[in-house]
Amino acid sequence: MKLNFKNILGMMGIAAFLTSCNYDNYDEPSYQLDGRIVYQGEPIGVSYNDVYIELWESGWQRLGNIGVAVDQDGSYSSLLFKGDYKMIIPNNQGPFQKITNDQTGNDTIPVNLTGSRTMDIEVMPYYMIRNVSINGGSDQVSATFDLDQIITGDDARNIQEVSLYVSKTSFVDIRTSIATTNRGGGDLESMTGISLGVDVPERVPTQNYAYARVGVRIEGVEDMIFSEIVKVDL
Amino acid sequence: MKNLRYICLFIILAVAGCDNEEFLDREPTDILGEDQVWENEELVFSVLADLYNRLPDFQGVENWWEYANFDETFASNAGDYWRHQNQEYGYGSWGMWDYGYIRDLNLFIQKCNEATELSDDSRARFLAEAKFIRAMVYFEHVKRMGGVPLILEPLEYDYSGDPTYLQYARAKEHEIYDFVIAEMDAVKNDLPNGGTKSRATQGAALALISRAALYAGSIANYGQMTPEVSLPNGEVGIPSSMADAYYTKALSASEELMNLGTYELYDQDPDKSENYTNIFLNKNSNNEVILAKDFLVQGRTHGFTIDNIPRSLREENTSGGKMNPSLNLVQSYELLDNTFAELPTKDENGDPIFYDNPMDIFEGRDPRLMGTVIVPGASFRGKEVDIWAGYKLADGSVITSGQLGGRAQLPGSDASVQVVGFDGPIDQLEWSAQNGFYLRKYVDTSVGSGQRGTGSGVWLVRFRYAEILLNAAEAAFELGELDKAAEYMNQVRRRAGFPIDLTPGEIDFDRIVHERKVELAFENHILWDKKRWRLAHQVWNGVTTDLTNNPGDAMAVSTRVFGLKPFKYYEPGSPNNGKWIFEEFVPAPVFNAHRFRLGNYYSLIGDNVRNNNPKIVRNPNQ
Repeated sequence: MKLNFKNILGMMGIAAFLTSCNYDNYDEPSYQLDGRIVYQGEPIGVSYNDVYIELWESGWQRLGNIGVAVDQDGSYSSLLFKGDYKMIIPNNQGPFQKITNDQTGNDTIPVNLTGSRTMDIEVMPYYMIRNVSINGGSDQVSATFDLDQIITGDDARNIQEVSLYVSKTSFVDIRTSIATTNRGGGDLESMTGISLGVDVPERVPTQNYAYARVGVRIEGVEDMIFSEIVKVDL
Repeated sequence: MKNLRYICLFIILAVAGCDNEEFLDREPTDILGEDQVWENEELVFSVLADLYNRLPDFQGVENWWEYANFDETFASNAGDYWRHQNQEYGYGSWGMWDYGYIRDLNLFIQKCNEATELSDDSRARFLAEAKFIRAMVYFEHVKRMGGVPLILEPLEYDYSGDPTYLQYARAKEHEIYDFVIAEMDAVKNDLPNGGTKSRATQGAALALISRAALYAGSIANYGQMTPEVSLPNGEVGIPSSMADAYYTKALSASEELMNLGTYELYDQDPDKSENYTNIFLNKNSNNEVILAKDFLVQGRTHGFTIDNIPRSLREENTSGGKMNPSLNLVQSYELLDNTFAELPTKDENGDPIFYDNPMDIFEGRDPRLMGTVIVPGASFRGKEVDIWAGYKLADGSVITSGQLGGRAQLPGSDASVQVVGFDGPIDQLEWSAQNGFYLRKYVDTSVGSGQRGTGSGVWLVRFRYAEILLNAAEAAFELGELDKAAEYMNQVRRRAGFPIDLTPGEIDFDRIVHERKVELAFENHILWDKKRWRLAHQVWNGVTTDLTNNPGDAMAVSTRVFGLKPFKYYEPGSPNNGKWIFEEFVPAPVFNAHRFRLGNYYSLIGDNVRNNNPKIVRNPNQ
């Protein structure tokens, strides 16, 4: 009987231990903020972990931002608490210019989060990649595309280089590329019907497909703009 | 109740029993008060010694692993493989924000001015030394962070609840450089000319001007190539119009130092490679070193030799051979006729070239190569280092072992023979020549320096005469004075062992970059040089490329460290049997390319700093 009492006490202790977290901890953040970086509704592709959005929440003693990485297809998402946030894209991030927000009169975007929400961020890219067609076969990948210059006038920038990247995984940019071909911006005869082709070397282990996309490097802009990732057969 | 009465009595007795004032005002017996320190010059000197000791070195003999961040060396140490595997450098890398140190220096200067018991001569020298250290610290800050708040007196908080008067904004980048230069001009005459290498001297002050002015000049000049690396108020970036003035200053300070007559190039050994090594090992009769962090003072030593001594020569049963200089660096040492060439491993048909001795492939190169790197077949501490990767058979297959000095049978024989060197290279085997080379520079030759109990007393050279000559050469080149540039650079090259001088017409930007790369390898210059020339994001651009075929090209992409495997050829009956062939390779732990982003040019200023002082603006591109 005495032994049982001890056991019961012990079990109660364990039960208290298991349930107590509910009482002294916050709930985990549950509201999802997601969306895409877009130009007129069209998403802007970037390289992974290179472009960041910062979310700031005021009212705390110390300021620190919540960094949200923009994915390859221009999408972002973050799980957050309910609250008022300020969203900024830091200067010189991304292959685009920011648009002045109507509410704040500068590039800060207010985000009032009362539930999960999807919000696309409009920006002004220097160029858009249009009419992309990427095809593969017999260990070669080729691409044709048009470039559409969006920012003209004083802020216009030239194209430094257009590139075709082929990668073994669905992360496709210069870091993971197994076959790359580049063309300098000065060598482009026209902005339409640009074609690039590359021979893909042998894959170890054998893989009869690959992922590819084209990227554009703009003069004086660190981050490149990319087309959608396409799976191609080799 | 009775107890309580006793307790009350005891408390009353205890309180009344001691003389309050004496009890609370006793002199501490284990620390010295400020007044006591400032009465005694030796004690003041010991405070100064602490300030000297805190001077930071990004790369040095006490933190060898930082050398492996770039393309100079492979880190043959599993804990440091990540340096070859990360996809980018963090924005906070090589950052610094040490206002505690600056405050201590400001306090020292303030107290030194107020002290009454110091002689005028010592006061002047102490002040000048503290100002030298302070200028060095601001220089460290500006080259890492750009302009920082320039605070020249100890700040005191008045407990009013409002700290805004302590919040200083960042100075412009060039203002910090200007401060360093002006401060050194002001104090240099209070410093002795020579006589010490571990304390500030006139030479050290001039050397600091030379280096700082050169950095500022090149940021002004080459910063134009990266206009986005700048801030609108000049906290980062220097106007290009200021470049010439800085270059002129760098040149004149360098020449002033040369004219002191105190320093000269170290040239005492007929063997030029030996001579080059001894610049760093010889502490007596060495007039090249201007300022060094000395060791073996009061028994202080470091473990650089323990970490980097060739495996077969190690004196402890742990570690050794951690730094393997890269083939990228090795092949960039010129031939003695002043031309560049890759290491010849294959002939024009793509067939391997056979060498009688492993050292033959390095024949006819800049003697500084053998002074910096231990190559296969070279000797260290009088013993040949055993670096070879195995036997290569006629069909291309390799017989080797996974153990250092391991044995195996060769085809057509039952006898077991050694099939790999006692020093490597073996894939993924840390603490040995995994990429085929060992470091020689700064590795101590004295017996016992590779033991934990003793350690090495080799000093860390912070300024030396050859750098001043190269600073002068670069400044003269940028100012269009090619004759001068050639003369200063040739002084360094003649000492290195080049029989033919470069003509003024041969001096170009690539030459300047290259000469600093090989003369100043492993001396904490690579990062700062690549940054100020704005080459870092082009040379370490994140693209996985092969080893360059043109080692003299300043812009050549070099993002991965390569190695060289020496094989013994095995084909009984063939004239090539027993000869040596070489293969370039990428060490297995190297699987990502170095990527230096624009945001790496100036390190991240932490959120804590910017929270405490909202006037601090962020660095660009982060």
